[in-house]
Amino acid sequence: MEKLLECKNLCVSIEGKPVLNDVSFDVCENDFLCIVGENGAGKTTLTNAILGLLPIASGQILLNGIGKSDIGYLPQKLKLSNNFPASVKEVVMSGFVGKRFFSPFYSETQRCRADDSMKLMNIDKLKNRSYLELSGGQQQRVLLARAICAAEKLVFLDEPVTGLDPLASDNFYKLLNHLNKHHGVAVVMVSHDIKNSVKYCSKVLHLGNKERFFGSAEEYIESGFYKAYIKREGIENEF
Amino acid sequence: MNFENLALIKDFYFQAFTVGLLISVCTALLGVEVVLKKYSMLGDGLSHVSFGTLAVAAAFGEARLEIALVVVVLVAFLLLQIRQNSKINGDAAVAIVSGAFMALGIFATRLENGANTDYNSYLTGSLFAITDDNFLLCVIMSIAVVVIYVFFYNKFFAVTFDENFCQATGGKVGAYNFIIASLTAVTIVIGMRLIGALLISSLTVFPVVSSLKISKTYKGCVLFAVIASVASYLLGFVLSLCSVSVQFPISSAVILANLIVLLICLGVSYFRKHKKLR
Repeated sequence: MEKLLECKNLCVSIEGKPVLNDVSFDVCENDFLCIVGENGAGKTTLTNAILGLLPIASGQILLNGIGKSDIGYLPQKLKLSNNFPASVKEVVMSGFVGKRFFSPFYSETQRCRADDSMKLMNIDKLKNRSYLELSGGQQQRVLLARAICAAEKLVFLDEPVTGLDPLASDNFYKLLNHLNKHHGVAVVMVSHDIKNSVKYCSKVLHLGNKERFFGSAEEYIESGFYKAYIKREGIENEF
Repeated sequence: MNFENLALIKDFYFQAFTVGLLISVCTALLGVEVVLKKYSMLGDGLSHVSFGTLAVAAAFGEARLEIALVVVVLVAFLLLQIRQNSKINGDAAVAIVSGAFMALGIFATRLENGANTDYNSYLTGSLFAITDDNFLLCVIMSIAVVVIYVFFYNKFFAVTFDENFCQATGGKVGAYNFIIASLTAVTIVIGMRLIGALLISSLTVFPVVSSLKISKTYKGCVLFAVIASVASYLLGFVLSLCSVSVQFPISSAVILANLIVLLICLGVSYFRKHKKLR
C-alpha cells in the first residue's frame, strides 16, 4: 500500500524546550492510526507540527502524492467568542478554504459534497442553525463534517471525543470507522481514550515520556505498553 | 441666492453624501472581521497613524490622501507582522505605533506653513473635506474595498472562524490577514477625512455589535451590519443637514445615530430572550 505520510526522525521544540525527540512513523492509504500516550508526551505537538502549525527543529515530514489541501483537520478545541455568528452550513463549507485561491464562490460540486458530508454526520437537519447553539456532540460532528470537506485522502483528529458522553463518543467512532472503511479516507486520531480507540484503529503510535511504540493494533494490545496502561488505569479508577 | 450657487451646493453635498454612503458600507463589512478577530484596536491605531501622516504631510504643504493611503497600509502590514511574531505584545505595539504617529502629527500642527490647514477637521471630520480633487479617489477606493471583500468573503469567514484549520488545510492565512488589514487601512484613511480620526474606528464597531445582537449566521451578520451602518449614516446625515444653524458635525451625528440603532438592537435581543424564557 502506498504511503501518504512519512515522518522521519522528527524533533520539535517549543520555546527552546525539546518536546518531541526522534519520532518516526508513517501513514498508508486506508490506515486508521491512533496516537496515544500520557499527558504532555507531545501528541498534540506532533499533529500540529505535521500540519504546519508549529516549526520543526529537525527531521522530515513527507507527503506522498497529496498536498496540504487534501488534508482535513479537527482541532482539539475551538476558541470562539460567545457570540460568533455562524450557521452549521457556513462552518461545514469553510472546509473548502484551502482549495482554489482565486475563486470567490463555492462550486456546485463543493455544495453537493458539503451536503453529503452533513448527511453522513446526520446534521443535515441542523444546517441553518447557529453553530454556537448546538450541543458539544453536535458541534463535534459539524467540525468533523468540515474536516471531511477538506479531506480528500487524510484526516487528522485531535482528541475528538473529549467532552462527549459514552453514547455520543461511540457513535462518533462508528462514523470515523465508516469514513475510513467506505470512503477510503486515512484517519490519524490523537486520543486519551485508549481502550475504545484500539477497537477501531489499525495502527497505534504510543508516545511515552521515555519509550515509544509504533505498530499494528493487534501487536499493541499484546505489548507491554497496553497492559501497563490498562493496569495503571485500573489502579487509578479504584481511588 | 442665484441658481448657479444652488447647483454648486447640491453638487458638493452630493459628493460628501456619496463618499459617506460608500464608507459606511466599507466600515460595516470590514468591521465584521475586525470585531470578530479582535482587531478593534488596530482600526483605532490606524486612524491615529492616518492623522499623524496627514498632519505631517500638511506641514510640508502636501496633505494628499494618497500619501496617507500608502503609509497606513504599510503600517498595517507591519503591525500584523508584529502580531504574528508572538514575542512582542501585539496590543502594545499598536498603542506604541499609534502614539508615535499621533505625537508626530501634533508636533507638525505647530509648524508654520502658511497654508492655514484646518487640523481640527482631521480629528472630527468635515463635509468640506471631500473636494473635487479627492472625490474620485475616495469613490474608486471604497468600491474596490467592497469588490475585494465580496471576492474573498468565504475565505475571510474561514480564516476568522478558525485560523488554525485554515492554515492546516492549505489556506493562505497570511495573505488573507494581510488583505483584511489593507482593506481596513484603506477604509480608515478614506473615512477619516469625512468622519475624523477620533470617531472613524468606532464606525467599524457600532454596526457590527448591533448586528451581532440580532444575527445567528455570518451572512446575516454581514448583511445586517451593512444595513445598520447605512441606515445610521442616512439618519446622521439628515440630522447634520437639518441642524446647519447649530453646526451639528456629520461625524458625531452619524455615531449618535449608530448608538440609537445599537440600543434598538440591544432592546430587540433582550426582548427575544425574555420571550423565549417565558
